[in-house]
Amino acid sequence: MAHSSAAAPSAKANWGKRLLIAIPYAWLLVLFLAPFALVAGISLSTVRLGMPPFEPLTAWDGSILNLRLNFENFLYVLTDDTYLLAYLTSLKIAAISTAAMLFIAYPLAYGIASCSPSSRSLLVFLVIVPFWSSMLIRVYSWMSILRNDGLLNALLLKIGLISEPLRILNTETAIYIGIVYTYLPFMVLPIYSTLSSADRTLIEAARDLGCSRISAFWRVTFPLSLPGVLAGCALVFIPVVGEFVIPDLLGGADTQMIGRAIWLEFFNNRDWPMAAAVTIVLLALLVVPIVYFQSRQSREQG
Amino acid sequence: MTKPRWFNRLSILFGLAFLYLPIVVLVVYSFNGSKLVTVWGGFSTQWYATVLNNPSIIEGAKVSFLVAAVSATAATLLGTLAAIVMVRLRRFRGRALLNGMLLAPMVMPEVVMAVSMLLMFVTLGIDRGPLTITLAHTTFTLCFATVVLQSRLVELDPSLEEAARDLGCPPAKAFVSVALPNMIPALVSAWLLSFTLSLDDLVISSFTTGPGASTLPMKIYSQIKFGVTPEINAISTIILGIVVFGLVAAQLVSRRSEQRVSAAA
Repeated sequence: MAHSSAAAPSAKANWGKRLLIAIPYAWLLVLFLAPFALVAGISLSTVRLGMPPFEPLTAWDGSILNLRLNFENFLYVLTDDTYLLAYLTSLKIAAISTAAMLFIAYPLAYGIASCSPSSRSLLVFLVIVPFWSSMLIRVYSWMSILRNDGLLNALLLKIGLISEPLRILNTETAIYIGIVYTYLPFMVLPIYSTLSSADRTLIEAARDLGCSRISAFWRVTFPLSLPGVLAGCALVFIPVVGEFVIPDLLGGADTQMIGRAIWLEFFNNRDWPMAAAVTIVLLALLVVPIVYFQSRQSREQG
Repeated sequence: MTKPRWFNRLSILFGLAFLYLPIVVLVVYSFNGSKLVTVWGGFSTQWYATVLNNPSIIEGAKVSFLVAAVSATAATLLGTLAAIVMVRLRRFRGRALLNGMLLAPMVMPEVVMAVSMLLMFVTLGIDRGPLTITLAHTTFTLCFATVVLQSRLVELDPSLEEAARDLGCPPAKAFVSVALPNMIPALVSAWLLSFTLSLDDLVISSFTTGPGASTLPMKIYSQIKFGVTPEINAISTIILGIVVFGLVAAQLVSRRSEQRVSAAA
């Protein structure tokens, strides 16, 4: 489009164009796509002592090229109860916290969208600010709120609601609180942007035609905001499945999420091929939502 | 609107209170004289003194800021190229793949990217340290920078650039002298976003670093695992102060340049 008014592109311009495309392409191929191929390769390797801690897949034996693929890691991941449980726990925690976030984020986004334009931008700014501050330290702050001798228990004891401190830290409840808290802005912003760009006259029309407030909301506003709701859910659900920091700091030893299992396999057991296999299975689990999300994104961009 | 006003007010109030509660707790207790969270031991700045006299923390902060500054700059430069490619060059082979690679890191669990980058560096035989963290951070912040820049570039009116080119300006020069000045607010926010994401990252840094190069989040993480120390409150408050200052400054810069653009138009 931008080139239509110019004369036929010269060879030099074409070359420049190719170079322009090549630079980000090359970067991402080398540092994003190729690494995934490597993970897949190494997941089929055998662990060994030393650095790197895995056997090469190919061996040159005189005149024969040997390719050794070890499927044991995958068999183990898919049959071992601990991993199976970790995958299921991760999916369950991601699903429940995504739903919980929706319940908090939707009214918040709706409230902001119905404010005057000037206070809207201030409120959006206020929603974004916590996201800009370190997630690790905000999770740490929840530790001091939720501990047995923490602020929440001190407060509840003082008003006399409980007589003994509740154990919240190091439980699944703490993980939910941490995840909902940390990822909330990612849910609020896409919902807010669809709600604020929705055509108000449609709602007015529904009201004029005798719709009650509540049914106008369910029949007009809510369907219009669905793309934002879906984008928010995808933006939250997928990264939460692989979350490491929150379950590690807020959860207990009995709640194992898959991100933490990968971390432990790498740093504690030093079994890199196994960690790679666990990662590949996680990726396979997430391919469906990722592909769905991407096709939506590219459709929206046209 | 369709719902009573008190409901909207209440949901905004509740949401914001939830978002700010831990931050307020953090800041208040960074000035607590007592070591215990539940006991108020009077106003004190002792934890700030402890932080500033902790060479390990200072060293971590240096590594973090250096890595964040370099990778944010690289991500903004690469992101600008990627945004131009995606917005201006509409048809080329492999466009869908590039788009996919640009969007995937936004939703990819951090631990997956961290594992793959570690294996990449090990396979290539690159010594792990500040350089590998910087390469990894550039890659994962690149997609966020591109999204910010792309959305700005889409809004820009191409007719101004076309006019410059009709007057004989070569395309690259037309872009630099016409489009780029209008992109400054987006460039600032892309850089800041990349900088903050890099500064905050724990998982990717932990996987892509080697012995001797620990970032601030890695130091904070090991301190937290070691036991809750009030020092972290002070570090957090300092970081928070820097971030808020940067955000407000960026808001002012973008507002002023937007005013200039609209005054010029």
